[in-house]
Amino acid sequence: MSSESMPAIGDRLRPVLRWEAGLALVVVIIGIVGASASPQFLTGNNLFNVGLSNGEIAIMTLPMTLIIIAGEIDLSVASILGMSSALLGVLWARHWPMIAIFVLIAAVGLAAGAVNGLLVTRLGLPSLAVTIGTLALYRGIATILLGPRTIADFPATYTNVGVNAVPFTGNDVTYSTAAFAVLALIFGVILHATPFGRSVYAMGASAEAAQFAGIRVKRIKTILFMVSGLVCALAGVLWTFRLDTAVQDNGLGLELDVVAIVLLAGVSIFGGKGSIAGVVLAVLAFAGIQNALLLTNFNQEAAGIVTGGLLLLSVFGRNAAAVSARLRRWLPSRAAGPPPDGAAAGPQPEAGRRPPG
Amino acid sequence: MPGPGAGTGREAGPVLALRHAAKAFGAVQALVDGSIELYPGEAHALVGENGAGKSTMVKILAGVHQPDAGELLVDGAPVTLHGPAAAQAAGIAVIYQEPTLFPDLTVAENMFIRRQPLRSGRRIDGRAMRAAAAAIFARLGVPLDPARIARGLSIADQQVVEIGKALSLDARVIVMDEPTAALSAAEVDRLFAVIRALREHGAAVLFISHRLEEIFATCQRVTVMRDGRQVLSREVAGLAAADLVRAMVGRELAERPAGAHGTPGEPLLAVRRLTREGVFTDISLTVRAGEIVALAGLVGSGRSEVARAIFGIDRYDAGSVTVRGRALRRGSPTGAMAAGVGFVPEDRRQQGLIMDMSVQRNVALASLRRLRRAGLIRSSAERRLAADWAARLKIKYGRLGDPVSMLSGGNQQKVVLAKWLGRRPAVLIVDEPTRGIDVATKAEVHQLLLRLARDGVGVLMISSELPEVLRVSDRILVMREGRLAAEFRHADASEEEIMAAATGQAAGPPGALAGQAVP
Amino acid sequence: MSATVTPQRERPPAPAGTGARKLTERAFRIRESGIIAVLAVFVAVTAAIQSRFLDITNIQFVLVNTTVFALLALGETLVVISRNYDLSVGSVLGLSAYLSASLFGQHHGIPIPVAFLTGLGIGLACGVANGVMVSAGRVPSLVVTLATLYIIRGIDILIVGGKEVVANSLPAAYTAIPRSTVLGVPDVAIAVAIVVGLGAYCLRSFRSGRELYAIGSNPDAARLAGIPIGRRVFAAFAASGAIAGVAGVLWAAQYGTVDSTAGTGYELQVVSAVVVGGVAIFGGSGSAVGAALGALLLNTISSALYVLGISPFWDQAIWGFLLILAISLDRLISVRLTAALRLRGARHG
Repeated sequence: MSSESMPAIGDRLRPVLRWEAGLALVVVIIGIVGASASPQFLTGNNLFNVGLSNGEIAIMTLPMTLIIIAGEIDLSVASILGMSSALLGVLWARHWPMIAIFVLIAAVGLAAGAVNGLLVTRLGLPSLAVTIGTLALYRGIATILLGPRTIADFPATYTNVGVNAVPFTGNDVTYSTAAFAVLALIFGVILHATPFGRSVYAMGASAEAAQFAGIRVKRIKTILFMVSGLVCALAGVLWTFRLDTAVQDNGLGLELDVVAIVLLAGVSIFGGKGSIAGVVLAVLAFAGIQNALLLTNFNQEAAGIVTGGLLLLSVFGRNAAAVSARLRRWLPSRAAGPPPDGAAAGPQPEAGRRPPG
Repeated sequence: MPGPGAGTGREAGPVLALRHAAKAFGAVQALVDGSIELYPGEAHALVGENGAGKSTMVKILAGVHQPDAGELLVDGAPVTLHGPAAAQAAGIAVIYQEPTLFPDLTVAENMFIRRQPLRSGRRIDGRAMRAAAAAIFARLGVPLDPARIARGLSIADQQVVEIGKALSLDARVIVMDEPTAALSAAEVDRLFAVIRALREHGAAVLFISHRLEEIFATCQRVTVMRDGRQVLSREVAGLAAADLVRAMVGRELAERPAGAHGTPGEPLLAVRRLTREGVFTDISLTVRAGEIVALAGLVGSGRSEVARAIFGIDRYDAGSVTVRGRALRRGSPTGAMAAGVGFVPEDRRQQGLIMDMSVQRNVALASLRRLRRAGLIRSSAERRLAADWAARLKIKYGRLGDPVSMLSGGNQQKVVLAKWLGRRPAVLIVDEPTRGIDVATKAEVHQLLLRLARDGVGVLMISSELPEVLRVSDRILVMREGRLAAEFRHADASEEEIMAAATGQAAGPPGALAGQAVP
Repeated sequence: MSATVTPQRERPPAPAGTGARKLTERAFRIRESGIIAVLAVFVAVTAAIQSRFLDITNIQFVLVNTTVFALLALGETLVVISRNYDLSVGSVLGLSAYLSASLFGQHHGIPIPVAFLTGLGIGLACGVANGVMVSAGRVPSLVVTLATLYIIRGIDILIVGGKEVVANSLPAAYTAIPRSTVLGVPDVAIAVAIVVGLGAYCLRSFRSGRELYAIGSNPDAARLAGIPIGRRVFAAFAASGAIAGVAGVLWAAQYGTVDSTAGTGYELQVVSAVVVGGVAIFGGSGSAVGAALGALLLNTISSALYVLGISPFWDQAIWGFLLILAISLDRLISVRLTAALRLRGARHG
């Protein structure tokens, strides 16, 4: 039983383990560099602020991770956030009781996710195109609901999520950070230790083989989209309370940050690979970089350069060998017949798979 | 392209010849002694069972593989074809079973992609292109509209486009790999006309098929491969179908293990009048406990489709499936699995396994629910399941955590089997259980199936390998063109009879072809 | 001597395919005429309610607004046809708009064509970067252009700082470009229509254009056929970038004020326009003309909503809904079309 007693960690193929280890190293480096660049970097107060500004994004990365591992993508996440924020504002302005509002928002989040899921599984449409459409549709609904208004004056009990730390944890943990930690644990257990999670990996690696093993691919994908909708609705509520503002462009553009973090985490855009641990590390890396840039007075809005650069590094890093081989073949500009590795230039299954027929 | 009537027949010498070629892939000797000579203006049939070496020979002719021994001669001169492009340049074109066209481009564009005729300013001359395509189709006697897009073309039409493309490239040898497998009778007739046109223009046609009546209808010469060797190569004239069948299968029957067949028990799987329009019709069969029922027939006869419909991957239009007396809902693999059915699919790599996943996870994939405690997979139980079955099936692997892609074909197939056996199914459907597997593992798989039957499992086995069918099964059902054509009890069957039923020849005295005029 | 075959063979096969060709041509023209039909309906209904909609100034306004998007749609079409995506066009437009417009402030008296060339150059550089990364690496263009969307926008922000180009720093001749008309039709609309038409023509009439379609239609077959996929895809991205660069210069002429937010969010609108216009999201089919019509449709709808007093806040929801409708319809049509084409093929043997 000697070699077989190796725990199934061997399943996380060595390259991926290397990835998370590398990412952990990056996080450490960011910590060191950040701390040396600015004395405030590792202070509790600063960590609190980091948690505040990145909490909702972090939360949204979790269901996105499962969706991408399953071989799909959801670009409507930020718009669901916005829609939930708009609902919160509009209903609060009409003096609905907060509990009723929460229930409705949860239902709307689930419904929004269900729309995505059904379009993808029943109509067989590519998730990229569908969620670009729902990105616009849901953001549009948020805009219709709120118009040019900005709703503020939410009750202090709720807006305190943007001010206070979670009690009994010292002064540094925001509610959104706590929510992220709890959700990361839940998603992590589900993804890595349950049949559901194993099915997600399977269908991302090979939808056909998964089907032949009795996995209900369509049902699971629909569930994933619905969960994403629910979680993003939650993020919308947190966002609104934190800023004490409901306005139609809440969360505009966040979907790209979320996808970037998930890809940075080593989750393969083709599906079938990735881990929640990696996502947690990637969130830390992302937040750390943003914060370091902030503290060193780097132009905040231009921090996208760093995110983009990291994204490129993460995807090219995986394919370093394949890339250099292709570059060599590409430079003489002659088509010498099909490349042996069968590399395709273009979006792979999740984005561009032609449905049968 | 040589003009009509040019250089036909033997005097011209073979345009393409393969002499005593051999090819091995790892431990598997796919081709031992392959020889064939293709003359211009002739249609030459290549016949043989699965694993007889036909496809390896074709791949050598197509330049995909290079022979380990022997030589390939084009116009009498030895050549080495380093790849498909070289073969194409030498005038060899291969029409595969699955044509690869561009669905959104027109037929003419598909034919002339990269070589479209140009007019002033390097612009594509659409009219000339369509006219050239139309001319080729006229030569073939098939009036396809060159201006329609390729999407929605039937397989038959797609083949014609590919043939047209080959002609436009001045192909002198056109290899057709099981071209009639997916065609209707009318389309087959049209293809024969095309082949005649090709011959009249001096091309050599290599026609790979199992369907003997087609061979007699179209070809002038036939080569039979068996166990990697060429065993027969002669004119079709004067040959009888039964002779062909004998050449294809004639061999020592493999030793049957003693006491392999007991008395079957209660019916486990009952299929009644299963029908899917255009695919299979009126399929009724029963598998009893302890029984191995083989479903034999040619490629394209609909067997895998029936199996997939039973298991619920595909839907069906009419009929019913019951397992242990309870009806299965159609289209629900989960329902089938819950009723105790397991399914080892035909395509190991795409359907049977998740190649990037570990051995352990692949074995456990169908048993996840049983490995749960409090909702979580117990990794120790998972490991034990995998290790257990790996030992029982003697799977050779490095570590349980290794991706299954690292295993040999035979061991991969054992992983698929382990996956299903881990569920202790009542009924096991296996589709081509030993395809692409080395001889030793083949024998192990057969032993395994026999042991399962002894333990009371009902096995439905789809196989194109007659020795396997005879070695292992208790009853043999033969499918042909979507219908059940014959049933044999193991004691009564011979390879020749099975092959005859599969190819549509009545089991009668040698030399008589059912419903066909003898040449 | 071959055996006699069944008499069926003597009947010559009926001419196959002409019906099918007509069917597909009809299907394709349905798309473009469908857009025009929807357009006409919108215009008619809106004009009936609010005749101001058909004022010449309003039509000119819509046309001019559309030009930038039509250009972007042309570039995006090249990329999407080959089964790729270019999400960086909005950022490229913004960068080019700022850099070329700010030229006028820094170098007085610079001729306008130089500004256009600058924009073209900037866009080309971005497109080349995208193209190299997509064709050399096994990385999906979605990810690459997502990253460059960020990076280029970030560079733009760094360069712009808090500044902005103000309209009155721009030469009158430049800002007059979007406003000058010929017989009531804005110059730029005519120019862009010509460019789009040329683009569509090139795609249809040159080998490299057809190869782009082939690559999107069946990448495996394209490889087997020896098509230089890397080179073609690179060219598509380079062109898309260059076109976005030129669009940026036009944009600046139109809006006058350019800050670091120029072009934000445009990429998704462009992809929507392109898909609504009939360029299949899987690649392989569609035309630049259709894409431009899609852009026109979306812009017209926005304008109509505005004129009707419906708040512009409905814009986004509507074009999101239209996108979903378009791809759903595309899917249903493609399934039906394939089935019908198969049926026709079978009937004609």
